[in-house]
Amino acid sequence: MIAIIDYKAGNLASVKKALDYLGVEATVTDDPKVVSRADKLILPGVGHFAATAQLNGNGLRTAVQERIAAGKSFLGICVGMQWMLMGSSEAADVAGLGAIAAACLRFDSNELKVPHVGWNQIAKVRDSRLLNGIESGAFVYYSHSYCAPVTPETVAVTDYCCPYSAAIETNNLFGVQFHPEKSGPVGLQVLRNFCEL
Amino acid sequence: MLTKRIIACLDVDAGRVVKGTRFLNLRDAGDPAELATTHALSGADEIVLLDITATHESRSILIDTVRRTARELFIPFTVGGGIRTLQDAEAIFNAGADKISINSAAVRDPSLIERIASRFGSQAVLVAIDAKKRLELNEYEVLVTGGRKPTGRTAVQWAREAESRGAGEILLTSMDRDGTGSGFDCELTAAVSSAVAIPVIASGGAGASDHFVEVFGSGRADAALAASIFHFGIQDIRELKTVLQSRGIPVRLPC
Repeated sequence: MIAIIDYKAGNLASVKKALDYLGVEATVTDDPKVVSRADKLILPGVGHFAATAQLNGNGLRTAVQERIAAGKSFLGICVGMQWMLMGSSEAADVAGLGAIAAACLRFDSNELKVPHVGWNQIAKVRDSRLLNGIESGAFVYYSHSYCAPVTPETVAVTDYCCPYSAAIETNNLFGVQFHPEKSGPVGLQVLRNFCEL
Repeated sequence: MLTKRIIACLDVDAGRVVKGTRFLNLRDAGDPAELATTHALSGADEIVLLDITATHESRSILIDTVRRTARELFIPFTVGGGIRTLQDAEAIFNAGADKISINSAAVRDPSLIERIASRFGSQAVLVAIDAKKRLELNEYEVLVTGGRKPTGRTAVQWAREAESRGAGEILLTSMDRDGTGSGFDCELTAAVSSAVAIPVIASGGAGASDHFVEVFGSGRADAALAASIFHFGIQDIRELKTVLQSRGIPVRLPC
């Protein structure tokens, strides 16, 4: 069973719907006990980084950390991926998971619109289990104002203002800044890859 | 490169897709769930479903239509029409929408934008603006309640306020052009797009591929929305994108 972690920050129906379509058993939950029994974890996210502070309040953070330490695969989506870093300038006082030694920053541009909303392309920078079968140049759907810099864990980048991490991967931790549940067949392939790990 | 989005709009009345001219003379165009899937397969970048009669008839959106349409749709899906409260929005999100669009209710109570954005995120809140040119003032005025009621506010002023209150995108419809097929109002679109940092979706008047070239060029639109030309097979979305690409406009292709 895959636990889709509900931290009361936005709409989780889309991720659940995509997993239903793929025929994968998934539960939307805010219960640390359910998280502790899950085979895989997905942390979706829309909205503000400060909302991830909810994870600290009710034991979810500890439950997630224990599952990751037990070797279970974790996928962060959008703000859920940003949470895997040290933090974000969007809410400097809220600590992320700290699995990646960098912090998210706001797009800085006078010419381009912020937020970055719409379909943009990824460029793979190394082999990736999460992006298996997906080519550089594939289009994915984005909606965000903050992004993760390119780090050794980056497996694909997107260029908007500058190249940033479109997808990250290290051991059993995976993250995508784009919305796989909204990225058509390419996005469904990403979710299928994660479910089949 | 970030691409320009082509959005297929389903105007829904009593569970059926309809299309009229200048908001009047409705005719049947099909089943929303079927049309949404067809458009997604033909390359639409997003789907917008608007319950066009909800506001003035005080009906709530047909949640079942939204749920049925969302079920097998894996591109962004926006729903609007008759959303007056945070609870209305929540029901639409629970039925599978990714974004909601608010229009008259946001003009009446602009704090609604803030309340929905703080719960669901700005990316989930489109503020729809219906605007009509006031020749005597050389300005575009915002109308509400399905284009029936003038507000005395200009489109640029209202778009700026909506942005500052947390709107994630502006869905801008030219009431002068809606349903005419005579081209988008590029002057209106450029004025609003230049005034805000959030994306602006141009709507009203699409009739030919050249109209999309113009609105992405001089109109400075981030996305363009059309309904009837897609439903009635006048314009194939993939062909439209091929034309746009040949004219140097970045689009999601292949799609």
